[in-house]
Amino acid sequence: MKLQLNGARITSEAGTLADLLVAEGYGGAKVATAVNGTFVPGSARAIHTLADGDSIEVLAPMQGG
Amino acid sequence: MRDFYGVTLANGLMLGTAQYPSPAVLAEAFRRSGASVATVSLRRESGGDRAGQDFWTLIRGLGVHVLPNTAGCHSVKEAVTTAHMAREVFDTKWIKLEVIGEEDTLQPDVFGLVEAARILTEDGFQVFPYTTEDLVVADRLLGAGCEVLMPWGAPIGSGLGLNNVFGLRAMRAHFPDVPLVIDAGLGLPSQAAAAMELGYDAILLNTAVAKAGDPAIMAEAFATAIRAGQLAAVADPMEPRDMAAPSTPVIGTAFLS
Repeated sequence: MKLQLNGARITSEAGTLADLLVAEGYGGAKVATAVNGTFVPGSARAIHTLADGDSIEVLAPMQGG
Repeated sequence: MRDFYGVTLANGLMLGTAQYPSPAVLAEAFRRSGASVATVSLRRESGGDRAGQDFWTLIRGLGVHVLPNTAGCHSVKEAVTTAHMAREVFDTKWIKLEVIGEEDTLQPDVFGLVEAARILTEDGFQVFPYTTEDLVVADRLLGAGCEVLMPWGAPIGSGLGLNNVFGLRAMRAHFPDVPLVIDAGLGLPSQAAAAMELGYDAILLNTAVAKAGDPAIMAEAFATAIRAGQLAAVADPMEPRDMAAPSTPVIGTAFLS
């Protein structure tokens, strides 16, 4: 399955968003997620099934003004 | 000082966390200034270096209120989605709402701002809108549920100060009970003092401190100026006049000519 993760093309067999985060090194990290421009709360990641072509954003705290 | 959604701040300095030479300098700027609020943002995280995690540890250690922003958003949808993501990560209802409408000045898209403010308020957020000094827009923002207004002093990062003192004074007079924050455009502590003398409740700034030769000293200078301006506003300044008025009593002046 081909996905876009933070703008980069990846190939993954992760079934859910939660699986993808673990597979890509985000396990336990303080992050927020969106799929195809829609916010997916942490409580819904384990039931959010990914599909070929999905675009995933994984954001974390960063400096800001 | 007026409350911000029921929160009384220890002082009127809201300090950004971007552009410092190092995390240690950032922390020192907060320590020396005693800033009560830190503004933060969200950006893409790499699963490899997880840089955001260390930053979050640093911010939590400051012991200040956290105000996430929607910087970089140019549409209502982007801003609303970013706000939801920020609420989950930072665990706060507060959101500094930015909907940018023009690239050269980073002027807010006030139409999108009002719409996003209404959506977010209905979703339970406590919105701090980055706006202009336009009174009609301000009134619409209040109608959308905002209980704080944050007019710009000048374009973000410009250091120009208070570009429209008349407009900012009018805003203070028109909304006497609304907490008002000058957000962006200041370069010098004297400009912050001037804003507080107008009766503003707080100053939000970043570049003027982070890009100073010594950010920690500049942060303290801003904090001191904000305190001075706030005291001056409380003390009810005298009315200016065009002609001189002798301060030394004239009665009893010796006749020596």
